[in-house]
Amino acid sequence: MIPIAFRNVSYSYPGGVVALRDVSLAIAAGETVALIGQNGAGKTTLARHLNGLLQPASGTVTVGDWNTNSRTVAQLAGRVGYVFQHPDQQIFKRKVRDEVAFGPRNLGFSPARVAELVESSLSATELTAYADHHPHDLLPSQRKYVALASVLAMQTPVLVLDEPTAGQDARGVRLMERILGRLQAEGRTLVIISHDMDFSVDHCRRFVVLDEGHILLDGPPEQVFARPELLTKAAVEPPQLARLASRLDLPLVWDAQTFVEQLKAQR
Amino acid sequence: MIRLQGVRYTYPVSSAPALAGIDLDIAEGSFCAVIGPNGAGKSTLCYTIGGFVPHYFRGDLEGEIVVAGRNTIEHPLGELVKHCGLLFSNPLNQISGARFTVREEIGFGLENLGVPRVEMHARIERVLDLLGIDDLAERSPFGLSGGQQQRVALASILVMGPQVLLLDEPTAQLDPLGSREVFAAIRALSQTGMTVVLVEHKPELIAAFADRVIVIDAGRVVLDGVPQTILASSELQRIGVATARWTEAARLADAHGLWSRRDPLPVTLDQAAEGFRVAQNTPS
Repeated sequence: MIPIAFRNVSYSYPGGVVALRDVSLAIAAGETVALIGQNGAGKTTLARHLNGLLQPASGTVTVGDWNTNSRTVAQLAGRVGYVFQHPDQQIFKRKVRDEVAFGPRNLGFSPARVAELVESSLSATELTAYADHHPHDLLPSQRKYVALASVLAMQTPVLVLDEPTAGQDARGVRLMERILGRLQAEGRTLVIISHDMDFSVDHCRRFVVLDEGHILLDGPPEQVFARPELLTKAAVEPPQLARLASRLDLPLVWDAQTFVEQLKAQR
Repeated sequence: MIRLQGVRYTYPVSSAPALAGIDLDIAEGSFCAVIGPNGAGKSTLCYTIGGFVPHYFRGDLEGEIVVAGRNTIEHPLGELVKHCGLLFSNPLNQISGARFTVREEIGFGLENLGVPRVEMHARIERVLDLLGIDDLAERSPFGLSGGQQQRVALASILVMGPQVLLLDEPTAQLDPLGSREVFAAIRALSQTGMTVVLVEHKPELIAAFADRVIVIDAGRVVLDGVPQTILASSELQRIGVATARWTEAARLADAHGLWSRRDPLPVTLDQAAEGFRVAQNTPS
């Protein structure tokens, strides 16, 4: 279990687009944080500092006791698993099984341990039956799970999930929920980048809203979603039932069960 | 505008049909959303209407498909794509990379057709404006966020002036605002007579913008109707399609006698707010 921290991090892309402006953010070991904000707000840029794909122009990023600027991407890969938004950015083997084995093998796990991790990761992502398929013969939604399995197999204490529910149907979302629940129970530190507020609010007790490269809001959903004026600025739409509750002057809720209980209590 | 009769299709390496007998008529100017679980055949339906099945993806195709007056099996793909544009969910599959700026990228297709310069610029301006991306015109397509790239990809198709627009999860990676803008732009296009077939998972936006919802499961059309009816159907859960949380809340409230039974279940926020207000003010 390890914490992560950004201290006064700024970053500009070559060409001058300023992506992060003096971001400071501490995430405790075992905490789950939803990183939200509109396209271009800096969410992915921030997360890519965690595994060393980007280095801050100023400020520091630490993953446990490691400063990312004194570690290689390969070293950081053992601590931070990153599931990209587009699985095709990280899938390159010809069999699902080999794809999933690639990470743990590179981390130096024994062949027996690699085999074990491959099996458990495929099972967790419901891909066991596809182990010998070519990843590109799977549906895009399944390829997302191949990418996730290959990260799960690396057993990293920190995971970044970029848009985990995009393109998933109801069953795929439920599977993601189960996997997330397990990771949380194991005490992993999780950063979830998502536009899916209904999914995020079910699983995250802390929301960090990025806007134009800096942190606009940081807190539990009850606080964050009670700030409509700032959320509008960040182009964030609160979860569906939170929007309905605020139209009806009811306290903010996220799930149908609690919503209906409130209605009953009102009677 | 789109007619499918007895369409069955099986991919080359597959044994199970991806489309297992589809009959559909889609009128000109319709904004038709296609929903269903992953693997149901939604994307394949798009590829089939667009002519990519059978011209690009081989396999076994039966039945008849007529799009914008052309039988897609008899006409070459090069001819079909002039009338029917297809947008994928990942804009990086679409952006050519052969041009340095968004404006040039959008004009790439027109350039290839030899459209006169003055007309080309007017058409580019029109789509930049329509999609609200005027400010990106001189940027590199690769320096943009995913949402911005998707609007550029959509613009590059719209600029060709297709009669039919097929969109395969075009807002999967857009933020709520960007998604809403894309849906609004698509509806505006359908109101000018463009026929739209859109695959998406977002019931809230489909309810607000589409005028027809087709539910596909295991290669067949299992539900087909107006959003109000289809998106409130209890069948969706069984099929594995998400509904809006206010629709679920109303269904649950109904089971507890907290919803006016004369109302259909709400599919939009406005309907839900209105319905629950009525329910709140009705003495139990």
